Amino acid sequence: MSTRLANHGRLIDRSATLGFTFNGKAMIGHPGDTLASALLANDQLMIGRSFKYHRPRGLVASGAEEPNALVGLGSGARFEPNQRATTTELFDGLEAISQNHWPSLEFDIGAVNTYLSRFLPAGFYYKMFMYPRGFWKHVYEPFIRQSAGLGKVPTERDSDTYEHFYAFTDVLVIGGGVAGLQAAKSAAQSGARVLVLEQTAHWGGRAPVDGGSVGGAPVEEFVAALLDELGAMENVTLRSRTMAAGVYDHGYVLGYERLTDHAPTQPGPRHRLWRIRAAQVISATGAIERPLSFAGNDVPGVMLAGAMRDYAVNFGVAPGKRIIVATNNDDAYRTAITLRQAGLDVLRILDARDTGGGALMNEARALGIRIDCGRAIGKVSGGKRVHKVQICAQNGQGGALEAVECDAVAMSGGWSPVVHLWSHCGGKLLWDEAQAHFRPDPQRPPTGAGGKGFVTTAGSASGALSLAGVLRDANEAGKSAAQAAGFKPKRTRTPQAEDATEAPLEPVWLMPREAGVRLRAKTWLDYQNDVKVTDVQLAAREGYESVEHTKRYTTLGMATDQGKLSNINGLATLSQALGAAIPAVGTTTFRPPYTPISMGAIAGEARGAVFQPLRRTPMHGWHAEHGAEWEPVGQWRRPYAYPRTGESVHDAVNREVRNTRQAVGLLDASTLGKLIVKGPDAGRFLDMLYTNMMSTLKPGRCRYGLMCSENGFLIDDGVVARLDEDTFLCHTTTGGAERIHAHMEEWLQTEWWDWKVFVANVTEQYAQVAVVGPKARQLLEKLGGMDLGAEALPFMGWSEGRIGEFDARVFRISFSGELSFEIAVPASQGLAFWSALLAAGHALGVMPYGTEALHVMRAEKGFIMIGDETDGTVIPQDLGLDWAISKKKDDYLGKRAQARSHMTDPERWKLVGLETTDGSVLPDGAYAIGPGVNANGQSNTQGRVTSTYFSPTLNKGIAMGLVLHGPDRMGEVLEFPGTEGNTFHARIVDPVFFDKDGEKQNA
Amino acid sequence: MLEPVSALNGASFDGLARIEETGLQGMITLRGDLSAKAVKSAATAASGVRRVPDQRQANVSGEKGLCWMSPDELLVLCPYGAVAEALEKMQAALAGSHALAVNVSDARAVVRLSGPAAREVLAKLCPVDLAPAAFTPGMFRRTRMAQAPVAFWMDDDESFRIVCFRSVAQYVFDVLKVAAQPGSEVGFHARPEPV
Repeated sequence: MSTRLANHGRLIDRSATLGFTFNGKAMIGHPGDTLASALLANDQLMIGRSFKYHRPRGLVASGAEEPNALVGLGSGARFEPNQRATTTELFDGLEAISQNHWPSLEFDIGAVNTYLSRFLPAGFYYKMFMYPRGFWKHVYEPFIRQSAGLGKVPTERDSDTYEHFYAFTDVLVIGGGVAGLQAAKSAAQSGARVLVLEQTAHWGGRAPVDGGSVGGAPVEEFVAALLDELGAMENVTLRSRTMAAGVYDHGYVLGYERLTDHAPTQPGPRHRLWRIRAAQVISATGAIERPLSFAGNDVPGVMLAGAMRDYAVNFGVAPGKRIIVATNNDDAYRTAITLRQAGLDVLRILDARDTGGGALMNEARALGIRIDCGRAIGKVSGGKRVHKVQICAQNGQGGALEAVECDAVAMSGGWSPVVHLWSHCGGKLLWDEAQAHFRPDPQRPPTGAGGKGFVTTAGSASGALSLAGVLRDANEAGKSAAQAAGFKPKRTRTPQAEDATEAPLEPVWLMPREAGVRLRAKTWLDYQNDVKVTDVQLAAREGYESVEHTKRYTTLGMATDQGKLSNINGLATLSQALGAAIPAVGTTTFRPPYTPISMGAIAGEARGAVFQPLRRTPMHGWHAEHGAEWEPVGQWRRPYAYPRTGESVHDAVNREVRNTRQAVGLLDASTLGKLIVKGPDAGRFLDMLYTNMMSTLKPGRCRYGLMCSENGFLIDDGVVARLDEDTFLCHTTTGGAERIHAHMEEWLQTEWWDWKVFVANVTEQYAQVAVVGPKARQLLEKLGGMDLGAEALPFMGWSEGRIGEFDARVFRISFSGELSFEIAVPASQGLAFWSALLAAGHALGVMPYGTEALHVMRAEKGFIMIGDETDGTVIPQDLGLDWAISKKKDDYLGKRAQARSHMTDPERWKLVGLETTDGSVLPDGAYAIGPGVNANGQSNTQGRVTSTYFSPTLNKGIAMGLVLHGPDRMGEVLEFPGTEGNTFHARIVDPVFFDKDGEKQNA
Repeated sequence: MLEPVSALNGASFDGLARIEETGLQGMITLRGDLSAKAVKSAATAASGVRRVPDQRQANVSGEKGLCWMSPDELLVLCPYGAVAEALEKMQAALAGSHALAVNVSDARAVVRLSGPAAREVLAKLCPVDLAPAAFTPGMFRRTRMAQAPVAFWMDDDESFRIVCFRSVAQYVFDVLKVAAQPGSEVGFHARPEPV
């Protein structure tokens, strides 16, 4: 059984206890425990079930690489699935549940899959679910959805907060192990700003567990002294519980800081996403131990040797009392020695090498541990925990020489550098034959804008596996990074470390070497996704030569651990099956994040009220107080209508339209874009931007204009007012202000850089109110001030002066067909102006109206709306706007494009009005069907609805649409199928439904 | 008598740093050839400061000053009530040269962020190196605050003035409030006291 040891446990505080639950069962741990170590201390060896076969699984690792021990943490608004027990720090009250089983962890129906495994080979999903085709939607997909996914989805809104932080540094050190700290010191001594990130809560990494000494003192003391030194340096920042998640172009690195995961009652954000710019990055991310591939290597109790040592030294726990160690290298001897010294029975060290190890082997032997060389594990037996190990010769087929009862197995297949962060941005790898691992190739680093490398590796991440080698490499990495960041490194000596000399490792990709298919079919490569040696071999036989294809076919390395343990063993297996060298097969791509980061951290502060900017006009608060139903327009919220108590939104729109047509209405038009265009070439510039002539506009006058893209498509429209000889004010659509401003700047900066024109966006300088309706002039005259009579200010004129006590610029323009004044006042006076209009107009029956009433009224007049009648494929000619296209000009943006054959094609659908034969409202976007069917057997179409409303003025449905040969087909009735099996019939009519002669607007 | 109203009417919040809307500030956008004499004298005459700032610099004293916005644009600061007069002076100085001077006072809002943690609060929202050695009074940045465009400078080592569009003033204020929530100290620019 797994237990707490009487000794060891450098990270835990045995004087205090913490209570927690696992699947509802109360358990006890100590401060400093991880959830993983605490579970082991409570003899909870089995923690979850595997994804595909639902096999019992326990801890195999001790850190971020753990594939098995995923749990659901917390409850309610703080529930989170798929959390690794190994990286979860224990706190009082922690609640964890196991995953992927039904009905319970102990007894699981899905485990039957393990007996069906012969029928669930690699590529099963691809093979099985292809045929018959119709089965996918109704049979296969619902079934797969049911069984897919490991954890449960949270059902409540996350109650925690998150944030971002932008940090800049000269040198960023990723990893606070002995290498990272030494590299940080040697970099910082140059005066460079240094930021060190460590993913765990502790500094020093594996060094205190692995042992060795520096300058005669234990490495643990060396680490403590190094930390003190760094802590005292002004230019060094140390952040623990912060993982570097990804390295991106130009030295951009994401750090993931877990602030309160270990202390959920602490106030403040839960996670902080560090968005770092570093001149140079040092990746000191250490190494990860490889499992050995033998049958039953996934039975709970089989653990990486280094992890078993971590649990013993750091937390004082062990997964069993009678342990067998299997290895192909010297490092696992450290585990055997540690466990023996902790008072546990190390029954056997099975060293696959015929000649065994070096000094460490002798040390183990001196402790009385039996060492068998050239031996291997043939098979581990046991269901929910290790029961027995069959021992065989490594160079054989697995014929058992002996069976030994035991309750835990420590395995080591050698160590692979964590190359992820080096590789994220393009760092290349070398195959190191001697250590049988891929390590960074210092000659081919990820390169920055200048073509020089911006990532260096330090310590084990470089492939240095001895303490002395680690410190030497790290010291150099710190110096070279500082130099590359533009600093002068100090000449310092590397601290001298003393550690055991190790015998060479022997690559072991299968144990025993000639294991038969029955063993290989129980030999796991990828624990989380249940990929076995036989699956990869099958993929190779079926022609999957590329490691990337094999990955996707077998799902090797595709789980949430991204194959941290399985990658090298998997591709070695593939390379053997293909008869190719390992470096020729290569690795899959390493992509960020290193381990999953929370969605909350990515969103940062952007949630709730500040999810995105909400733009407000000066009258926004008034609209909100008066019950506005909002319509989002870009990031603005505009009132759609102002329903009164007991009134439907539709009724409110009708009331607003009628009132505006019969009395007077107010529209908050502040959001319309307002661009000042000034300079001697301003007229010439606008002649190029608009399809019609603007340079001939007289000061004091306004003109409606259309803007097209280079490809001829209509992109914006609006009224241009000439303010003086040199200055124009261009109104754009609400959504077009920034876009058209950028459009103008682009043409001025890239094509017509020598034209004398300046543009300024003054959209928000003004609150703009449209005063609309037959009583509009009366209302304004009540406030007094400037002359707004028809002669002083005729239609399409503008004038400046005072209305009441307000500084006003008044435009006589109309988008409704009514007598209309659009009045701009300084934004700081906007609300007061709006209120003054409402007060003065009370007796006249003034009412505010929203964007829907605006839409209805413009449709009644046949005015187009950018975004309704246009969709990026429509040209002005389609809309019958030829009158707004100057024939006199040599050029304007879009002119040439509009001469292309497809643009002049008479078959292009053209704008018409549509009126249903029964007065009902056509559905928006409906298509008119034509005769016959197309190649897919669908009805041919001959037109579509672009705008459709109920017109309270005409008391019937009105619509606009684009129709084939539309203008030539007046009076024809088209058929528009609806969505509910019904059909609408609509007659083609003139798009101007109301006051065609403009008597009202010209009043 | 008509009282012009600023976007947030002087709202304030005290958290890790103090956040306050400063009220109406006179602002004029000046576009032109910044090396031209007429443009320079228009800028200095209107703002009352003597020196036209260099790239990414601001020269501000109280309500008056000049900020470098782009190679052909300055932001001229003057008291809100003095904008008309300042514009007149500028038009006179610019007579005959190609330039644009336009009042944008009402298109903007100004928020002051101050206190020992001001740098860190801002660094949660703006992708700018705000280390004490990297960003100092006299410098000016146009950048973004979370999702809204802003510009800012420092009046002293612990206070920023942030300019944003009027329509997003509430967003800028709210997002600063989130960043200044107690308990969210970072301890990067300002080192926490050793415990």
